Amino acid sequence: MTRAASDPGHRSGGGSLAGEGVDAVVRVRDVWMTFAGKSRGSDVHVLEGVHADVRAGEFVCIVGPSGCGKSTLLNIVAGFIPPTSGEVMVEGKRVNRPDARRIFVFQENGVFPWLTVTQNVGFGLQRREPAERQRIVQHYIDMVGLTGFERAFPRELSGGMRQRVEIARALASQPSIIYMDEPFGALDYLTRLKMRADLIRIWQEEKKTILFVTHDIEEAVQLADRVLVMTRRPATIKEEVRVDLPRPRDIDSPDYLRVRDRIFDAMGIDRTTGRSGDGASLDEKSVVPGL
Amino acid sequence: MSGSTRRASLRTQRRLERYALPVLVGVLFLCMWDALVRISGSDLFPKPIEVARGIGELIEKGLLHKYIVASLFRVTWGFTLAMAVGIPLGLFMGWFRWAFHALNPVIQVLRPISPIAWIPVAILWFGVSDAAPIFLIFLASVFPIAVSAAAAVANIQPVYVRAARNFELSRFDLFRRVIVPATLPQIITGLRIALGIAWLVVVAAEMIAVSSGLGFLIIDARNAGKRYDLVVAGMVMIGLIGLGLDLLVRRMERMDVVRWGYHNQ
Repeated sequence: MTRAASDPGHRSGGGSLAGEGVDAVVRVRDVWMTFAGKSRGSDVHVLEGVHADVRAGEFVCIVGPSGCGKSTLLNIVAGFIPPTSGEVMVEGKRVNRPDARRIFVFQENGVFPWLTVTQNVGFGLQRREPAERQRIVQHYIDMVGLTGFERAFPRELSGGMRQRVEIARALASQPSIIYMDEPFGALDYLTRLKMRADLIRIWQEEKKTILFVTHDIEEAVQLADRVLVMTRRPATIKEEVRVDLPRPRDIDSPDYLRVRDRIFDAMGIDRTTGRSGDGASLDEKSVVPGL
Repeated sequence: MSGSTRRASLRTQRRLERYALPVLVGVLFLCMWDALVRISGSDLFPKPIEVARGIGELIEKGLLHKYIVASLFRVTWGFTLAMAVGIPLGLFMGWFRWAFHALNPVIQVLRPISPIAWIPVAILWFGVSDAAPIFLIFLASVFPIAVSAAAAVANIQPVYVRAARNFELSRFDLFRRVIVPATLPQIITGLRIALGIAWLVVVAAEMIAVSSGLGFLIIDARNAGKRYDLVVAGMVMIGLIGLGLDLLVRRMERMDVVRWGYHNQ
């Protein structure tokens, strides 16, 4: 399973990318996904033989070009859509539906607009004693920095604050794993930087497993223990890049830049033009002709 | 001009636009009405002052109060029944695609039939009683309510349902904690439209099927001595109460649990 052990930071190839094997909490095994098209032959092949493992407490980012199917993969792992073939095992059980022990943070913000911040954060805690619920809710509202906004409605908050509410809601139900689908994608640059720093702090405090999808390579390198790089559609995980940099990460340090550039290379993207070259796109089968 | 005086004058201008302008146009409208009646020399069509006197007369005789209550009573019943049937029906159709395909054609055929066309049927079934106009109001408002509730379910942001599924809500809780609040803003908009229609219909129904209410007042005032001052007085009251009903529903739109639904529109 663990070939290229001599170079743990840079394993490549579309085969097995088992983390450390046995203690993986998320195991993705040979997942294929095809969406039926309108007519015969127009089926869209999104995922092709994806393997991945995530260990307990790990922060793993999945990066890939826009529309490559990384969100689809996360939705399969979370149990929102069944794969065409292959299987996902989470904490030893095969996934076939969403589970309240694993909470998804949505790209388009899934905070309920008809509930206040407090009510949103407590959404998954209905069965708890009111006093205990209140204590947990307040704890996580404080943790994400929304103290003082308990009674506000989402429409009264900025985009970044709404995303904080959703993160607090996820944490409050005390899941073992949090799935995040480009949660900061709609935020401005400075807010994004702040959110990343806060997310790392929270992750270090809470010791949750986080599987985080992003198209932003910088974001992946700032956040992750390990970055899984996906190819274009039909996508597979082509490369795994371990990020052994101390946190908080200095985004100007040579080590940081080296890791970042390695991911750019893995995705086959020219850093100066943003164009994808041919050399690294061995797995691309659906490249638009003429590009 | 300094910034603060400019702001102040802007505020004054807004206030003038908001309050003084409509009053001015209203007064102008009454003056034109008065002038036109005088020029035409009509002795049947009333001047505004005669309408005001007519309203006074109706109040004195206790008729205005009685007729308004009668009309509102019918609207309340018909509309409540329409809500009780239309909202669940619409939610049901919006949630289950098969229910939509099964029921929508029938609704779409019944919907364009004017409630007025149902008056003979209503009299046949319910006779000359309160039940006839209540039935007509029900018919007039149940379809817009059901259609808007169905559309509201279809328009729920999928992310809310997915989040609810993630928290493993039971079917009942999903309905109570997500579907209902998520559809409420659009349902209220549907209620507003339906209430407007219900108010139009009650007047028409009362002209034929019963002997009380604002619609009856109008037809009765004409038939019993061509009292056009009372006819127009009845019309004015219908307009004012219709406005009041609309404002009432608009107040619902400002509740905290639904305000988000109108925020982005």
